Amino acid sequence: MTYFIDRRANAKHKSAVNRQRFLQRYRSHIKRSVEEAVNRRSITDMERGEKVSIPAKDISEPVFQHGPGGSRTIVSPGNKEFVEGDRLRRPGGAGEGGAGEGGASNQGEGMDEFAFSLSREEFLDFVFDGLALPHLERKQLRDLDEVRPVRAGVTRDGVPSRINIVRSMREAQARRIGMRAPIKRALREAEEALQEEERKDPVLRNPTRIHELKAEIERLEKRLEAVPFIDTYDLRYNNLVDQPQPTNKAVMFCVMDVSGSMTQGHKDIAKRFFLLLYLFLERNYEKVELVFIRHHTAAKEVDEEEFFYSRETGGTIVSSALTLVDEIITQRYSPAQWNLYVAQASDGDNWDDDSTTCRDLLMSSLMAKLQYYTYVEITPHSHQALWEEYDRVQAHHPERFAMQQIVEPGDIYPVFRKLFRKRIAQ
Amino acid sequence: MSTVSTPIATGSDWNFEILTAYEREIARFAKEYRLDIYPNQIEIITSEQMMDAYASVGMPVGYHHWSFGKQFLSVEQAYRRGQMGLAYELVINSDPCIAYLMEENTLMMQILVMAHACYGHNSFFKGNYLFRTWTDASAIVDYLVFARKYIAECEQRHGVTAVEQLLDACHALQNYGVDRYKRPSPISSEEEARRQQEREAYLQAQVNALWRTIPGKAPSDESQAFVEDGDDPLGLHQYGHYPPEPQENLLYFLEKNAPLLESWQREIVRIVRKLAQYFYPQRQTQVMNEGWATFWHYTLMNRLYDEGLIDEGTILEFLHSHTAVVQQPGFDSPHFNGINPYALGFAMFSDIRRICEAPDEEDREWFPEIAGSDWLETVHFAMRNFKDESFIQQFLSPKVIRDLKLFSLDDDDRDEMLTISAIHDERGYQRVREALSTQYALSLREPNIQVWEADIRGDRSLTLRHVQDARRPLGKTLYPVLRHLHQLWGFAVKLESVEDDEVVRRYQWPLPGDARDSG
Repeated sequence: MTYFIDRRANAKHKSAVNRQRFLQRYRSHIKRSVEEAVNRRSITDMERGEKVSIPAKDISEPVFQHGPGGSRTIVSPGNKEFVEGDRLRRPGGAGEGGAGEGGASNQGEGMDEFAFSLSREEFLDFVFDGLALPHLERKQLRDLDEVRPVRAGVTRDGVPSRINIVRSMREAQARRIGMRAPIKRALREAEEALQEEERKDPVLRNPTRIHELKAEIERLEKRLEAVPFIDTYDLRYNNLVDQPQPTNKAVMFCVMDVSGSMTQGHKDIAKRFFLLLYLFLERNYEKVELVFIRHHTAAKEVDEEEFFYSRETGGTIVSSALTLVDEIITQRYSPAQWNLYVAQASDGDNWDDDSTTCRDLLMSSLMAKLQYYTYVEITPHSHQALWEEYDRVQAHHPERFAMQQIVEPGDIYPVFRKLFRKRIAQ
Repeated sequence: MSTVSTPIATGSDWNFEILTAYEREIARFAKEYRLDIYPNQIEIITSEQMMDAYASVGMPVGYHHWSFGKQFLSVEQAYRRGQMGLAYELVINSDPCIAYLMEENTLMMQILVMAHACYGHNSFFKGNYLFRTWTDASAIVDYLVFARKYIAECEQRHGVTAVEQLLDACHALQNYGVDRYKRPSPISSEEEARRQQEREAYLQAQVNALWRTIPGKAPSDESQAFVEDGDDPLGLHQYGHYPPEPQENLLYFLEKNAPLLESWQREIVRIVRKLAQYFYPQRQTQVMNEGWATFWHYTLMNRLYDEGLIDEGTILEFLHSHTAVVQQPGFDSPHFNGINPYALGFAMFSDIRRICEAPDEEDREWFPEIAGSDWLETVHFAMRNFKDESFIQQFLSPKVIRDLKLFSLDDDDRDEMLTISAIHDERGYQRVREALSTQYALSLREPNIQVWEADIRGDRSLTLRHVQDARRPLGKTLYPVLRHLHQLWGFAVKLESVEDDEVVRRYQWPLPGDARDSG
């Protein structure tokens, strides 16, 4: 009558389709909610999923219901001091005719917000929805430095850790069969001959022959035993060969001005911007390396901690940082193998003559190597020389150079979207 | 039986042998208690699978719709944040009766769930008259398979969005997709697919016949009023109303009469209607169903303990969890969330047994027929022949009212104050009982709305009537619902609220001009 079925191994996520339908249907709502979340939260939190709420009325499934008003009788449990005929003040809102001491909550209006969680992936999908990395091209195969080992059958030699046991044993068995067959045949013949000899009348027997045959049998049995169970000759190894790969890795240079004019507020904004960019690159490349370069009058490569939190004073020479970027590229990151991105944040100050130097540096050497250069200027004030010079760079490289101004933290995400919005392919 | 055996197992770990052994013991006792059940199919699933099962409102195979995704997300959210434990079990009214057990459950919980779902709910599904009349346990899984396939095909052919919108509209009306008086006939999946083809052809022909009359000039409201005065020289209105009788099953009416629906759309309306019909008894027997299952898990667990088949630790763990299930917070408690059907149902069934076994003066006065009768006979009788409304009306005893401290409260919007109309005392029992019974009457919980007239010779508008009770108006959700209805019907939809034969309010969709309503 009763039987048990263990379904645990069956597929879970039977609701995945319905879940996706829901997300699809409320795409615009969710996007709005995600945008708010991005602006509200520190971007260091971006690594996890997000709780999203949608106004419940937007996703309600309406049915005919009784509205408030009219007269009705509600039965509730847990009476303590009421007696028949007691008169009570109507609790709660004036307009709300229902809710007798919470007694009507089975009629409940439900919550105002429908909250649910997006996984990290879904969340980032929404964050970066409609954004694209410009010039996301896999580096050509012409420099075949980048290789990846791929399986390529089995070989006779290799290191012990890559022994293919099944194949080795199969070889061994085949060899054993092959080597033992002729011996076995000879043995069988010898045994038959011996038996025949022994069946003969004792007078006719040839004792020498019997002796010979016995010796032969003994010799063959020894040979049979001597066939090794496994021989080095049998061993097979899984073979790996190196296959050239198109490069799928990127370096992101974070360049920031740390001169006295940059406050901690500016740096926080810059940090958020860099983090967003990092997350975005991470979604597009298998591997993303970060290089932090900070500069005042001189540039220096530092670690993350120092980059964001140590303070310096003094003037600003932007070109020092660009020169350093160029050097690091030459030393460590060949443009043939790496996709190079530079994100620069600054408050726009620069040493008077330096801005033209920056432009020259970019135009003559850097831009040719880079996938994309983004510049954000964190300042409520009007632009200075650096912006103007960069403007000219942009005119030359409208595809690869982008710049935007950020005034307050709330601008970061919109600016980011502006910088990376999908361009229609030409 | 006084022979005390050793427990089959102790501790909280379980395996299939142990479960099978316990199941066999429970089955033995259930037989003694004359619980008649469908064969059980007990499926062990993970918590994630339970969330899936939950989201598809307990249908083992469901068609795809975003609302189930929404359901899933909210279950998942609540579960992740620990606001809600998942239900320990889920049971489906089918033959064989499918029950889901979560792998995380302790041994005690698995035994409890088997007693509760596989013997309690299962016997209720098989025995209660509403389920016997309205659902066909043997055909439901087949039908769900058919529905899923059919809807998936429609999505392929007509696009996901078109199907989704249609389902949205149907879902809005599914509570009005129920035949209250006719029993649907049992059919299987292949049979349904074959019939579906025939129906498609036939239905379209019928609808065509109904709408053959080419509408003349749409009469304006004034001219209609004119005609109603009796001035109808050409006899244009001699055929009277269509439909001749008000129709309570809105979805059925739409399926058969909506002029513009295509045949596949009619079939989907039908699928939603059929499923609504299947769930209809569950909505009417919540207290009884849960009460019955809880009563039996309690009885069976205690029996297992008495026979020594479970040890002290297990029964204590059981009592702890059982107490939590039947807890009824008072109306002023922050945990109050309406009347707990488990608590009320369990209290009532337990009390019926008490009245039978140890009646006192009060019981003899209130329940002369059952006081002192065979308790097993009586609880089975109660289970088989009632729904929540009538069950409460018939069996809510003064003792249960006292135990739960029930009181009734009159809420009249013309009165500034609320009035306590009855409490758990001699004068109040009868009224509390009536009021609670009414509270569970589905006909009063949901507004009574019926198809009144389809103006097939005029402007093709559809008029619904809401029979208003005690001046309780319709909630503001009515406009979105009317909009959905309008999508299905294809022409203007009107709704009149009627109280004491007098139209008190009119609504319509699309809205006339900018006015919110024309009443």
